[in-house]
Amino acid sequence: MIYFKYLRMQLRSAAIYRSSFWMTLVTQVLFCALGFASMAIMFDRFDTVAGWTFAEAAMCYAAAFMAFSIAECVARGFDMFSRLVVSGDFDRLLVRPRGLALQVLGSSFELTRLGRLFVGGAILPFAVRNLGVVWTAAKAAVLVMMILSGAVIFIGVFMVSAALCFVTIEGLEVMNVFTDGGREIASYPLPIYGRTALRFFTFILPYGCFNYLPLMYLTGRTTGSAALYALSPLIGMLYIIPCAFVWKMGVKRYLSTGN
Amino acid sequence: MTIKELARPYASMFRVQLIAQLQHRAAAWAGIATQFFFGFVFVMMFSAFYRDGTVVPPMPLDRLVAYQWLKQSCLMIVALWSQDGELSDQIVSGSVAYSLCRPMELYSLWAARLIANRIARWSLRCVPVLVFAALLPAPYGMIPPPGVGAALMFALSLALALLVVVGLSMYVYTLTFVMMSLTGPRLLVSTLSDFASGLLIPLPLMPDWLQRILNLLPFRYTADVPFRVYSGDLAGAAAAEAIGLQLAWVIFLGVTGWFAFRAVLRRAVIQGG
Repeated sequence: MIYFKYLRMQLRSAAIYRSSFWMTLVTQVLFCALGFASMAIMFDRFDTVAGWTFAEAAMCYAAAFMAFSIAECVARGFDMFSRLVVSGDFDRLLVRPRGLALQVLGSSFELTRLGRLFVGGAILPFAVRNLGVVWTAAKAAVLVMMILSGAVIFIGVFMVSAALCFVTIEGLEVMNVFTDGGREIASYPLPIYGRTALRFFTFILPYGCFNYLPLMYLTGRTTGSAALYALSPLIGMLYIIPCAFVWKMGVKRYLSTGN
Repeated sequence: MTIKELARPYASMFRVQLIAQLQHRAAAWAGIATQFFFGFVFVMMFSAFYRDGTVVPPMPLDRLVAYQWLKQSCLMIVALWSQDGELSDQIVSGSVAYSLCRPMELYSLWAARLIANRIARWSLRCVPVLVFAALLPAPYGMIPPPGVGAALMFALSLALALLVVVGLSMYVYTLTFVMMSLTGPRLLVSTLSDFASGLLIPLPLMPDWLQRILNLLPFRYTADVPFRVYSGDLAGAAAAEAIGLQLAWVIFLGVTGWFAFRAVLRRAVIQGG
């Protein structure tokens, strides 16, 4: 409940800067659309990549961008966490009688990021129609889980990079490789990056759980147990548990920077 | 006033920026790691497309790979998202008034500062990325330019690209005067430019009609031209023509940008003191 109060506060403060809000929103839409245009250009030139078609890649693109924008909307506070630590404002959160994670989540809410969600949502029907798949209830459920799973995994990564701020104080630019970079990478089917990268993004950073693994189930390419592929988004969501643990450890170790 | 006296403030501005940037070595290392990582991702992606292709692509893979590594190592020169926050702070806070009191022409002073800033950041980052890239095995590694001529033309073209980028950046600051925020104009211009300059997808891979449109815009002259001149993808008369157009854009952006900048400065109201 308190989260929604935070949300309303953030929305009201954003409403003050209306022209900036619209400009940012338009830019987000443009960014996402031009990225997809680039993908369309590549497939116009080459037809397939490592055996994946345009519709399949478009599905990855839509899932990655929708998941990321949900995660960024909700967990922007973790993404911008270094600011709280550098300014010392984090100390104030610690003394309040409410959950820490909740307060960090409420500290920032980026509605402009929804621009990417819109574009992702516009691409999704295109991918769904052209995938050449007979849709069943199970497959539709996997599709929804794919996007939610992606959002949860990205939130987990945001939490880990926030926890690293406790150690480094400064925000770690390198973590962008896994957040923004992760979104860019996961917007194509992961197997195209070669075996080493594929293993990394399946077992260490499970971006594969909302990318090629469920996609293999949707397009009927699974060998062995299809259920495992279908459930991969759910398994991926478990990733948030170790991430939350790392965050908790970070909070315990926290020494204030002073105010 | 001799030319030497005239150039002195710019030279010292240049030196100050260079020294300031050299302090941020940790940031530079982080940048190098990030740029190398993304370079690798792009190279893997493009080579996956090339492996599958049944048609002969308009740009050979080794040139495309060289293009990607140049892009990663010269990002600080060609990327429009990289801007100077201090300048926009001056605009938004109003302390630009102090700069206006100085007996210096503001447009050229800021342009000099942006040039210095970009060269400083680039010089810290480019060599490690290029060395790593050159060490990679054949399909993924950096190739040398085909000859001394191409190398020299690349150097000239990259220098002109820097000036085009600074000319465009000055428009971003001009817009900042109007919007009172750097973020909006910076993101809008850089999002457009990333696509139109060939940073997302090299122009030769795009359909002809799109290339024809992008040839009319200035963005192509920041990244596409120098990086293709390097590998000989643009050579001979085509390269000379492209470099000539770069020069024309530098002059055009400089002159119109100067007038636009003066126009917003005249209208600018500084509040408080």
